[in-house]
Amino acid sequence: MVAVVDWAVIVASLAYAAWALVAVVRNQAPREPYVIGAGVVELLILLQVVVAIVLMIGDGAPDETATFIGYLLMNLIIVPLGLFWALAEKSRWGTSVLVVAALVVPVLVVRMQQIWDAGAA
Amino acid sequence: MSEAPRRSSGPGRLLIAVYAVFALSATARAAVQIATRFDEAPLAYLLSAFAALVYVVATVALARPGATSRRVALAAVTVELIGVLTVGTVTAFDPGDFPDDTVWSLYGRGYGFVPLVLPVLGLLWLRRTRSAEPDVSEPPRR
Repeated sequence: MVAVVDWAVIVASLAYAAWALVAVVRNQAPREPYVIGAGVVELLILLQVVVAIVLMIGDGAPDETATFIGYLLMNLIIVPLGLFWALAEKSRWGTSVLVVAALVVPVLVVRMQQIWDAGAA
Repeated sequence: MSEAPRRSSGPGRLLIAVYAVFALSATARAAVQIATRFDEAPLAYLLSAFAALVYVVATVALARPGATSRRVALAAVTVELIGVLTVGTVTAFDPGDFPDDTVWSLYGRGYGFVPLVLPVLGLLWLRRTRSAEPDVSEPPRR
């Protein structure tokens, strides 16, 4: 995996989670800026998926290929799903869903890094 | 009648989101385990699949309105609590039976003990939202 892209995803998702958490504390429902923010995070995740696919085609997949691809797919859907579930709730609890979704992303990235570093087949 | 919150709104929104994360990851994990290395630890992987099923059922039932869904949710969350307590205890004393981790191993330590807290919150939430639907303890009208 490419460290710069990984870190971009991790930093963006953590920043987004922190931003949404502020809104939860301030008792704000999810609003348009949070949709745009989620879009930015998702774009970075998309970039990471493309990079990972290119690397796997070029250098070979990691040993735990199935698990790695599973994490990749989960990372791809978690933010849109969270957004979908969050927007229907017009209270701070809707925004809290965005925090949870955004916090799953760095966990998945770190797990993907571990699998990747464990060795390519 | 005082209005209890709907199951899928307010804090329930967050609770169901966390349940959904566990349903998704447990399902994916069990699928990979069973598809790629079932022979290594069949008991642990079957348990993984069972846990995944429990999370999926709990997520869907918590999210859907209605007294039937409430009963299903109550059953699933109860099974979940029993599961995490049983598997947690067994793995704490004798990890030999479960050579590979499941989501409930060591009371869900690998997942920040969220699997232990989640069913408790689920049961509390089902209690809070009880009067939002017809009381299930009453016999159905004929």
